[in-house]
Amino acid sequence: MGNVPTTVKHCLSYQQLLHDHPWLPRWLLDQKSASSQEYPEFVKIVEVGPRDGLQNEKEIVPTGVKIQLIDKLSQTGLTAIEATSFVSSKWVPQMADHSEVLRGIHRDRHVRYPVLTPNMRGFQDAVAAGATEVAVFGSASETFSRKNINCSIEESMQRFEEVLSAAKQKQIPVRGYVSCALGCPYEGSVEPSKVTEVARRLYELGCYEVSLGDTIGLGTPGSMRTMLTSVLQEVPSSALAVHCHDTYGQALANILTALQMGVCVVDSSVAGLGGCPYALGASGNVPTEDVLYMLQGMGIETGVDLSKVIEAGDFICQALGRTTHSKVAQARANQVSR
Amino acid sequence: MGSTGEMADQVEVMKGINRKPGVSYPVLTPNLKGFQAAVKAGAGEVAIFGAASELFSKKNINCSVEESLQRFEEVTKAAKEAGVPVRGYVSCVLGCPYEGNVAPEKVAQVAKRLYSMGCYEISLGDTIGVGTPGGMIEMLEAVVQEVPVGALAVHCHDTYGQALANILIALQMGISVVDSSVAGLGGCPYAQGASGNVATEDVVYMLHGLGIHTGVDLPKLMDAGAFICRSLNRKTSSKVAQATCKL
Repeated sequence: MGNVPTTVKHCLSYQQLLHDHPWLPRWLLDQKSASSQEYPEFVKIVEVGPRDGLQNEKEIVPTGVKIQLIDKLSQTGLTAIEATSFVSSKWVPQMADHSEVLRGIHRDRHVRYPVLTPNMRGFQDAVAAGATEVAVFGSASETFSRKNINCSIEESMQRFEEVLSAAKQKQIPVRGYVSCALGCPYEGSVEPSKVTEVARRLYELGCYEVSLGDTIGLGTPGSMRTMLTSVLQEVPSSALAVHCHDTYGQALANILTALQMGVCVVDSSVAGLGGCPYALGASGNVPTEDVLYMLQGMGIETGVDLSKVIEAGDFICQALGRTTHSKVAQARANQVSR
Repeated sequence: MGSTGEMADQVEVMKGINRKPGVSYPVLTPNLKGFQAAVKAGAGEVAIFGAASELFSKKNINCSVEESLQRFEEVTKAAKEAGVPVRGYVSCVLGCPYEGNVAPEKVAQVAKRLYSMGCYEISLGDTIGVGTPGGMIEMLEAVVQEVPVGALAVHCHDTYGQALANILIALQMGISVVDSSVAGLGGCPYAQGASGNVATEDVVYMLHGLGIHTGVDLPKLMDAGAFICRSLNRKTSSKVAQATCKL
């Protein structure tokens, strides 16, 4: 069409419009422009640093340091801090001091301290150590389930059923996790319908919330949207959370997508603790500081004090002898004073 | 085309590269003199850099925003005569290292001036990466009142890790041109050790994951990133590159 301005070209020819903007049909389907997009007024942050974070750090952290970290996090306004994991110390030596940690922390009355309990034995040990909330970890990938917890998805569900039944009797809330929600290190892509099935099972078994984990961080806003569209057919958004890994730098964009779809609980890890066990040296958990910065900038309430989280992050990084993965923490620390 | 240390070999670079057909190689020209030198060295496209913050303009290019726009008008006039397309940049669109908050209306004003003087595209830069999706929406809503969205681009810095989220929002608002830097080259001069430009590899990964066509070959891009990091003896700032090479 020669020298005709682009906007006029597009008015004259829809083909030209589609040629120049191939993403347009999908965008139109969404029927919401970003400016009329609704976001939750409040987002709950579930801090997984002390468990998911430290579990995946090379160094085994002394019990005293873990306790100090959790105590510092308890002062930030966070209302959920995953404290430890009652798995066999044979498999996860980093969490061998689970009972000590749970008994040693100062429990703030505004904070919940969920612990992982993969089976009845773990659950009983957790209760004996004073746990008041537990979590179970399912997988949307068969291969991952077998390699990670040594059983099929179906078998794991049966174990969880026992835990949930016992937890119900003791009135202990249970949170469910689905790993490999956006991809598996062994199977590659994972069908959204599989994620939905596992999420639904956990929800129906009695989990009050199901956290969907992008275990190796492969996901992008595209696959997040597709997966959530599927899961939301079976589990209400009020019972969902996202647990995004930042291995490919996609975490904040994925979290933003989840918020746009009505999810209002986000898992994150102070200082981005916890690398990716499947890609040596690559990053893993999304840093809590960076998530908070984004939410604050969007006017979304979290109740969490960013500066205090940065302090907690500084503390644990010093203790571990490593630099933070949080860009916000790095930027703040390095700001040239004017 | 200026006189900063790293860019002193501008003419050699322009003459030395193998220009691929279909690829444009814009060069920065802050004033008429720079423009003339660029054209002499064979530049086929130039760019001019305005600011949405007065203090930043004074500290960075030693003149007010208005004075800079007048200089640019000389460039765009000469460029029009020479048939050379001009791209405009607005820096500090989501915050300024000196002034702090920047009014969206100011950004819109500067963008409008650059567009009216003939820039075919205006790249809106979050110079210190302080922006978040909230600020991006507000700013873009103001700018699209003055400049058609098809003539806009975003240039997000990743200093606070917000770049991809900000880019996603910009895409949702109709923007379809994104600036990025291979391997995330370029730190933030206002925060020592902090990151700067968003890594092209990470942007392309997200766009491809969204089913958006870019025409860019990601593995080849990563090769280029690996090359420059080796030469500079530094690690890549791209998470995609870090993850991929270690799997």
